Amino acid sequence: MSTPLIQISSLMKSYKLGGETVHALNNVSLNIDKGEFLAIIGPSGSGKSTLMNMIGCLDRPDSGEYLLDGKAIGKMNDNDLATIRNQKIGFIFQNFNLLTKLTALENVELPLIYSGVSAKERREMALQSLTKVGLKDRSGHLPTQLSGGQQQRVAIARALVGNPSILLADEPTGALDSKTSAEILQLMQGLNELGHTIILITHDLSIAKQAKRMVRIQDGQLFENEGEQIGNFAIY
Amino acid sequence: MAILQSIKMALRSIKGNKLRSALTMLGIIIGVSSVIVLISIAQGSTSNVTSQINNLGTNLITLNTFGTELSLTEDKIDKLGKLDGVKALSPVVSGRVTVKKEKTSAQTTLTGTNSAYGTVRNTNVSQGRFLTDLDNEYRQKIAVLGATTAETFFGSDNPVGQYIQVNGTSFKVVGVLASKGSSMGQSGDDVVIVPLSTAERLTKTTSINQVYLQGKEKQDMNLVMAEVQNAMANMYPNKTDSYSIMNQQDLMNTMSSVSNTMTMMLGGIASISLLVGGIGIMNIMLVSVSERTKEIGIRKAIGAKRRDILLQFLIESVVLSAMGGIIGILLGLGVGKILGSTLQMTVTFSSSVVMFSFLFSLIVGVVFGVFPANKASKLNPIQALRYE
Repeated sequence: MSTPLIQISSLMKSYKLGGETVHALNNVSLNIDKGEFLAIIGPSGSGKSTLMNMIGCLDRPDSGEYLLDGKAIGKMNDNDLATIRNQKIGFIFQNFNLLTKLTALENVELPLIYSGVSAKERREMALQSLTKVGLKDRSGHLPTQLSGGQQQRVAIARALVGNPSILLADEPTGALDSKTSAEILQLMQGLNELGHTIILITHDLSIAKQAKRMVRIQDGQLFENEGEQIGNFAIY
Repeated sequence: MAILQSIKMALRSIKGNKLRSALTMLGIIIGVSSVIVLISIAQGSTSNVTSQINNLGTNLITLNTFGTELSLTEDKIDKLGKLDGVKALSPVVSGRVTVKKEKTSAQTTLTGTNSAYGTVRNTNVSQGRFLTDLDNEYRQKIAVLGATTAETFFGSDNPVGQYIQVNGTSFKVVGVLASKGSSMGQSGDDVVIVPLSTAERLTKTTSINQVYLQGKEKQDMNLVMAEVQNAMANMYPNKTDSYSIMNQQDLMNTMSSVSNTMTMMLGGIASISLLVGGIGIMNIMLVSVSERTKEIGIRKAIGAKRRDILLQFLIESVVLSAMGGIIGILLGLGVGKILGSTLQMTVTFSSSVVMFSFLFSLIVGVVFGVFPANKASKLNPIQALRYE
């Protein structure tokens, strides 16, 4: 059996909020294998954003260990974290977070600019990525000229373009209507079938159910349940 | 990330905010162009003054007498002429006279002098000839007219060979001086020049007001000056208050130190406006950083390092100031040209000033860009992403 892609053990993270210490993550342990489609579900204030920031290498834990692809994240400096984010993680945000002054193609190219890929190669890879999400013919459009669903597809293309180890999606359907949401989720399932590891963070049970595996976070603690049983917790 | 890519991104974001970028650049444009215009005008006036002083004569020492106490006669002056460093000398008796020709009459300056005056004072004739030693010896009633005087009495006719009345005495015109224009507030063109001996008789005086001495070598002028001072002190003990000896080099030095001070002052004032333009850039860059907090967050999330963000904003401010610098140079050269032609000013452009002001604008861009760029690069990606 190969080592998991993500190994999180006894992760702690706390913040000072108005003199009071909030334990955003309290002794969290989680292993994620390559090729998994995992949903992390929890209400707001449960610590899921902190967990996402931690998995996404935007933040460092107070204590505990996080190994991504066998590398310890906790001891890295800001520059190394930036490199890890650039090469290992593809972010998909609730509000798409595209740069409004750049075209779809340029937005997709952006991670490659920071990893130093040549202009010609960058263009090719970005076009391929846009083709995967079915937006090849919209590559010259600005985000404002695209619908919400299309914008999120561009964001997914941007996340995919560097061929990262994980796709980290934070409420990817939060700003979309139900029909478009379904399309985006279908796209993500398709990507998972192609071998991409996907971590989906949401507060919506119906969306979390689309994933193959589901964990629940509450008050900074993580519970692993079978998908069907989670409905028994009357918290949503 | 490559610099070229950063410059492209900077140009994009400048293009995306055209009005704001133009207004930001305006500070630098005004600063750079005023540095160029003001320094060019100052340098122009310096070269103007220098050429005017040279026009008075090269290696010139002027001896002026005041009052009647000192009777500077020709035999005393001959002693000055025998000094080592003196190449030529030209005594001057001057006075105001009324010149008449038929019905035209005017007051003008009479200058009685010798044949050396032409070379000593750097004066040439445009028509006819200048005075000769023989004219002086025989007290000839001949005159050389300044360009303005010639025009007053003869218009466009050739005055050479015609006659004018100076204080009632008839003089034959033998030559006309080439126009020198006015220099140092004196018109050199409104003058009647006659032989020294003739002038002494006409003005009923034998005392010479002024002596122009020409030194042999430029570098020996201080020595010659000392020689002349010594000779004068020997000839007229205890009368130093009755005459003054002035070296043209001294005048030149004084004038150039004045105009250097002026250049420095104007350049300084203009540089301050360039500095203010730099503060404008910093101000706008700070606004831009806080406006683009979200963008910075996104860029950091997808892998931009601190250095990438720093470089992006720094290059943006340098590109802004460099563009402002280039436009300012063009504007400065244009305004200088227009001022030069409309106000008849001498405007001297020097490439070193252009280079200096461009470099200065670049430095302003870097210095005032570093602080906002550093601020941007230090943003925490999590908070920046949350920023709306």
